Amino acid sequence: MSLFAHQLRAEQKLFWRSREAAIFVFLFPVMLFLLLGAVYSDEIEGHPAASWLLVGLIGYGVANTAFGGLAIFLVLRREAGILKRLRSTPLPSEVYLGAVVASTLLVFALQTAALIAIGRLFYGAELPENWPALVLALILGAIAFAGMGFALAALIRSSEGASPVVNVIVLPMAFLSGSFGPTREYPAFLQAVADVLPLKYFLELVRAAYLDGDAIWDNPSAIAIVAAWGAVAYAVAARRFRWAPVDRS
Amino acid sequence: MSAAVEVAGLRKAYGGIEAVRGVDFEIRSGEVFGLLGPNGAGKTTTVEILEGYRERDAGTVAVLGFDPARGEAAFRARIGVVLQISEPFYNLTVREQHAMFARYYEHPRDVDETVRLVGLEEKANALAKTLSGGQKRRLDLGLALVGDPDLIFLDEPTTGFDPAARRAAWEMIRSLRSLGKTILLTTHYLDEAQELCDRVAVMRDGEIVRIGTPDALRGGEAEAEIRYRRDGEQVVVRTREPTRALHELTAAALADGRELDELEVRRPSLEDVYLALLDEDES
Repeated sequence: MSLFAHQLRAEQKLFWRSREAAIFVFLFPVMLFLLLGAVYSDEIEGHPAASWLLVGLIGYGVANTAFGGLAIFLVLRREAGILKRLRSTPLPSEVYLGAVVASTLLVFALQTAALIAIGRLFYGAELPENWPALVLALILGAIAFAGMGFALAALIRSSEGASPVVNVIVLPMAFLSGSFGPTREYPAFLQAVADVLPLKYFLELVRAAYLDGDAIWDNPSAIAIVAAWGAVAYAVAARRFRWAPVDRS
Repeated sequence: MSAAVEVAGLRKAYGGIEAVRGVDFEIRSGEVFGLLGPNGAGKTTTVEILEGYRERDAGTVAVLGFDPARGEAAFRARIGVVLQISEPFYNLTVREQHAMFARYYEHPRDVDETVRLVGLEEKANALAKTLSGGQKRRLDLGLALVGDPDLIFLDEPTTGFDPAARRAAWEMIRSLRSLGKTILLTTHYLDEAQELCDRVAVMRDGEIVRIGTPDALRGGEAEAEIRYRRDGEQVVVRTREPTRALHELTAAALADGRELDELEVRRPSLEDVYLALLDEDES
């Protein structure tokens, strides 16, 4: 087994054995979908409500798992001295960070699969119209949001701060970007905030692929915006990411 | 004996403040070397430069022949680091964490043998979150040893231990020494340095103010103190000939039919010397 596979396996073991991670990162979007799916019926924006919400919750999933969950986990490991200790071993940092990202993507993939399965089973949601476009959109989004997770982790200074900061960003962003329901009736200034956030464009890509069957290339500006957020995030992370706990002495 | 660590003219400043101001020392292969000093003396900065965590501003550093600032995997394969603050993976068992770390090395120690070495064989299949504080520190040590390093860094290894746990940790450090490992340990406890270290360096304000064996630091054959009480007054006699001085003192007391209350003969401890060294700096 390669070192990468060894580390990925260890990261998966750690994720699923942690009750906090399994519940708040993996299960929470699924639970929200079960709730919202029971509340909305009929159609939203010309699509069956369950299908529309399913896409919204995939968007919440990427923000909650690849971005928020990853940021919290990195801050906790950094402040616990775990990253620093790993840094003293011969494990190459790119192998470690690669395994962390891959593990996060795997959780997000399973979460999306669970959302689709629950949508089918309980609410009669549709299956994706365009699988390849959906998969490409999910990979692009997950990698970009993981970059934002690294950048945010670099900006959070204490483990106590990690969860609150993440929640203050993730929940409003998901709400404004239309993860939990249509935003057309929102006041203009709220819509203007959503216009600069990456989640709105990720949702556009996933909706187009999932509901309308569009090819991913049909929406180049949304791709560009998500990719740009990701690129800036990785640049910030490359400059600011730290392995050692923040020195507060 | 060859040198495991060679440091010359080491300097490091943070934002204009010099934390390390020209430090020179050598650690021989197979010795236990202690770095003592109050907080802010530059111990941690020095050790972190040797571990490869920080870059130096000036000076030369060779650790096992490597420049630690280059961060080569071949260098990291030969050191073991026990940080002052590091938590285990709470949801892995003792054995699983050792196996996880062992895989990072080309020539690791046997996992079960390492678990035994740090005395955790009864806890091998217990999740780390169920361990006591002392057991967690032993897990830290085991993870630092599983790569079979030649040089081990121990940063205040017994801080917060109860006396029994400290004795046990000391035994373990002695057993590492007998395996031929070189050990650099920082500590606040002078008795710990005296018990464990072949040589110690005392740092103050970014400089090494004294270096040598604990005995040499205490002054070797130098003065002993004889203390007793006379009419409620503490009397201290400092002498280089304690046998003669004590004989004269007791003979005189016997002749007068007096008792020497609370009679005590002692050599200055490393702690006395250390505190005196730090006082010198102040003046």
